[in-house]
Amino acid sequence: MAKRAGDRSWQRAIEIGLPFLWLIVLFLVPFLIVFKISLSTATIAQPPYVPTFDLLADGLSGTLDKIRSFSLENYAFLFDDSLYINSYLSSLRIAAISTALLLLVGYPIAYGMARAPKSIRPMLLMMVILPFWTSFLIRVYAWIGILKPEGLLSGFLIWLGIINEPLVIMNTEKAVFIGIVYSYLPFMVLPLYASLEKLDTTLLEAAADLGCPPIKAFWQITFPLSIPGIVAGCMLCFIPAVGEFVIPDLLGGSDVLMIGRTLWNEFFLNRDWAVSSAVAVLLLLVLIVPIVIYQNFQQRQLEADR
Amino acid sequence: MNKGLSRFNVVSLTLGFAFLYIPIVILVIYSFNASRLVTVWGGWSTQWYVALFNNQQLLDAAWVTARVAFLSATVATVLGTMAAIALVRHGRFRGRTLFSGLVYAPLVMPEVITGLSLLLLFVAMGVARGFWTVTLAHVTFAMCYVAIVVQSRLLSFDRSLEEAAQDLGATPTKTFFVITLPIIAPAVISGWMLAFTLSLDDLVIASFTTGPGATTLPMRIYSSVRLGVTPEINAVCTILIGIVTFVVIVVSIATKRAQDQKDRAERLAEQGGGAFAANAG
Repeated sequence: MAKRAGDRSWQRAIEIGLPFLWLIVLFLVPFLIVFKISLSTATIAQPPYVPTFDLLADGLSGTLDKIRSFSLENYAFLFDDSLYINSYLSSLRIAAISTALLLLVGYPIAYGMARAPKSIRPMLLMMVILPFWTSFLIRVYAWIGILKPEGLLSGFLIWLGIINEPLVIMNTEKAVFIGIVYSYLPFMVLPLYASLEKLDTTLLEAAADLGCPPIKAFWQITFPLSIPGIVAGCMLCFIPAVGEFVIPDLLGGSDVLMIGRTLWNEFFLNRDWAVSSAVAVLLLLVLIVPIVIYQNFQQRQLEADR
Repeated sequence: MNKGLSRFNVVSLTLGFAFLYIPIVILVIYSFNASRLVTVWGGWSTQWYVALFNNQQLLDAAWVTARVAFLSATVATVLGTMAAIALVRHGRFRGRTLFSGLVYAPLVMPEVITGLSLLLLFVAMGVARGFWTVTLAHVTFAMCYVAIVVQSRLLSFDRSLEEAAQDLGATPTKTFFVITLPIIAPAVISGWMLAFTLSLDDLVIASFTTGPGATTLPMRIYSSVRLGVTPEINAVCTILIGIVTFVVIVVSIATKRAQDQKDRAERLAEQGGGAFAANAG
């Protein structure tokens, strides 16, 4: 018995310890480093910021001196230059509009799936998931050929005689909305479907028996009961969309400001690691509220399922 | 209640799936276009596929990507399964809130932040960037997806089987491999596949964490896409879509068949048990 108890606690320690340690070293610690570098000063060196720490060479007092050299100047710079503030605001706006559109597009699909005969539901589910498995980059790329002025959509509409000159969608915010809605759709549909499928249809039958019209039954029964799915889907789409890089970069053209793209350019084009770190820290601060809501929500779902 | 789909549902499903699939279908069709101009149809041709196999850069990138994806998916599956067990089975342990936060956060964290922070970690540690740093980075975010997939399976299964095995004297390790693992296997397999495709797909995190000599396929695709849409890229994309679709369909049919077999075995066992009880009575 003693051996078995020992065996169990040893197994338990590994099952918790190994992934925990991995995530601390490769997920939590890197954030602390980003925070530290956001307080540093950019310089032309390798790595391109000062101070760098070397506890052995500096000793404790040298290290403390270096810590005193930290400053908030990178943050002051972000607030001085309207480019950054505008990027944050426009990212939040684009992500919010896209999430609303996703809900509008995703809800009817999830609803249709949940009401479909049980035998074809696994197939429908598979059809929603399959595009998610194919590359994100490829799916965004596919839209370039469709949306550009000499592309297929304009060509088709001109051929039909609906419009006379090419649509201007590519390189505008509209293209970014389409790209986000298209790429994130499975993230919206799946949580919605999960909550709609669980819904007890006898409630709707009871409402119908009592003379409630279907539309009213939808707003009084189905919609409120699907709110957990709505919250999960919206968070799952909104949070990553705020920091999206690929979609605005490929579809949005140079006029669409988004913070993920600003960070990328700051890092890869300007090579300013200190300012890009400050951009990342502020982005995280902006997202912390929705992330905490999402986390608490996940936690509660987990407790409820136990 | 009507059994079939209402007209509204049929319309919304049709439009929804058309929206999801038409762009992909167009991309596949145009990869067989003989014309170099992507929007002009010049007849069927497979010349772009031939051109691909002579493009050494692209082939090298594909090979790097395949190795990174295989390795990172495998490690991520092991770690992610452990994390799922820790979350579902080990109740309250010290640091549980932090732990579950660390598991859920990478799912929604913008990739630019994850990529930048990992790069700065590798620089601070003085690690040479390349194949291994990309692999480590991919393990980190993929394991969280695996954890979520496996966790939902663990939540829905009957613990009494494990308890029975342990009552009969199996060690926890043996119980895990003989009872738990076979039951959660479908989730572990789909977790692995998810991790594999996520790694295959990643542009942003790989761009931050890679170094010379380890350019991945998405990075190559991205740099040519920036120069414009070309039939060659359509051909690469079509091959990738083909591989992923094939694997997903084969695996889902296989798991469905395994599930059906299990159901049948259970039904037989029940009937057998019933017959046994009747005889005994």
